[in-house]
Amino acid sequence: MEITLRSLHVTLVALLVSTLIGVPLGAWLALGRVPLRRLALALIYTGMGLPPVVVGLFVYILFSRSGPFGSLAWLFSLRAMIVAQTILALPMVAGITMSSIQSVDPALRPQLRALGATRWQVVRTIAVEARFGILLGVMAGFGAIISEVGAVMLVGGNIEGRTRVLTTAIVLETRRGHFALALALGAILLSLSFLTNSLIMLGQGGGRWRR
Amino acid sequence: MSEPIYALDDVAQVYGTRTVLSVPRLDVRAGEVLAVLGPSGAGKSTLLRLLGLLEAPTRGQVRFHSGERWVTHAEARTEERRQIAMVFQRPALLTRSVRANVAYGLRVRGERDAAERIEAVLRRVALDGLAKARAHTLSGGEAQRVALARALVLAPRVLLLDEPTANLDPANVRLIEELIREQNAQFGTTIVLVTHSIFQARRLASRCALLIEGKLVEVSPAAQFFEAPRDPRTRAFLSGEFVF
Ligand SMILES: Nc1ncnc2c1ncn2[C@@H]1O[C@H](COP(=O)(O)OP(=O)(O)OP(=O)(O)O)[C@@H](O)[C@H]1O
Ligand SMILES: [Mg+2]
Repeated sequence: MEITLRSLHVTLVALLVSTLIGVPLGAWLALGRVPLRRLALALIYTGMGLPPVVVGLFVYILFSRSGPFGSLAWLFSLRAMIVAQTILALPMVAGITMSSIQSVDPALRPQLRALGATRWQVVRTIAVEARFGILLGVMAGFGAIISEVGAVMLVGGNIEGRTRVLTTAIVLETRRGHFALALALGAILLSLSFLTNSLIMLGQGGGRWRR
Repeated sequence: MSEPIYALDDVAQVYGTRTVLSVPRLDVRAGEVLAVLGPSGAGKSTLLRLLGLLEAPTRGQVRFHSGERWVTHAEARTEERRQIAMVFQRPALLTRSVRANVAYGLRVRGERDAAERIEAVLRRVALDGLAKARAHTLSGGEAQRVALARALVLAPRVLLLDEPTANLDPANVRLIEELIREQNAQFGTTIVLVTHSIFQARRLASRCALLIEGKLVEVSPAAQFFEAPRDPRTRAFLSGEFVF
């Protein structure tokens, strides 16, 4: 139970941070005049396929005692795990937000301006038009990080009672031969994923989707 | 019908390397219905976007008189831009209900209690039965009427219409033309109407302009434009002999 809550905690905080940064970033890339846009896109697309273990390694180095953020002493804590998960989810949220905003009819923008919307109001309206796509991006981010093992294992250390989460616990229990327990944890993980996704869909879009 | 509401000075619009519009001088007068005619690709929609203060011209000045002062694209404040409403040639609607689409311009102005006005304008364009329909399920002609309604409901000082009847059947054409006439006569709305139809220009316009390859060939009062055009190209255009 405690492990489940910890998994959720890490995932939701990381997801919140990547949504708060990723959605505006994706919107900016889709609608704004962005310097070095191609480079940014290349980074995002690379980021979407980033091997989690490499991200883990990277964060490990950053937060290790001799690393640039070593003095924070975040390594082997939930914070380092959240940082790693955010780095994994952010490109996904930003990339999918960008492409769903780009798929909104570009002819709409000047027409909204011509109805008296300010630039900022146009951006908001376009984002609302792309809401299902953006939601999908957030859900993809959620799915990627709640099921992720490599990075959280590296930077969290799988410490019992502190940084052990569902995925790392499954790895451990499987190694110990406790298959029943591992399976049970796996089932919890699956149902969490399923529940959250269904909730998001029902709460935000379900009603309109049907109409 | 006296003082100008737009003044264009030495305006040119260049896309890439092509000059698609070049207007040394044009005034639009407050309260008039100015029809802009011309073959496809002549730059009519481009002219309308400039009048809508949606783009800055590459060269020259497009000035709009807000009632208090002259403003260009760069100078216009939001309240001043909001005196102008434009209906595009190919309307793009929000993927919401018809009513929400019509309410949009009011909502961005912070007016939330306008239900009555919205219902009234929906009745005017004969769409009151479709108020709850989702906009993307509409036919081309219905979408075009929504686009007109969402502009009309704003009671703008200037209405820019880009072929507002292009996809409509004769009954709807009559309906829309009646609306345009009414809007101009009752509220004194200045209207710039881009149309392919010489007949429509004849029925609605107080002044007509002919645009060919980005240049204004003739701008004259409707009577003169149709009965005694000065330019041979206007004559050719009116008789359908114009070769594009
Ligand atoms: N944003 C743009 N970028 C490049 N070229 C453009 C752009 N907008 C218009 N043009 C070009 O400018 C020319 C004039 O276009 P415009 O849409 O103003 O013509 P129009 O008179 O409205 O034609 P139609 O009657 O077919 O609607 C066309 O050749 C068009 O290809
Ligand atoms: Mg056009």
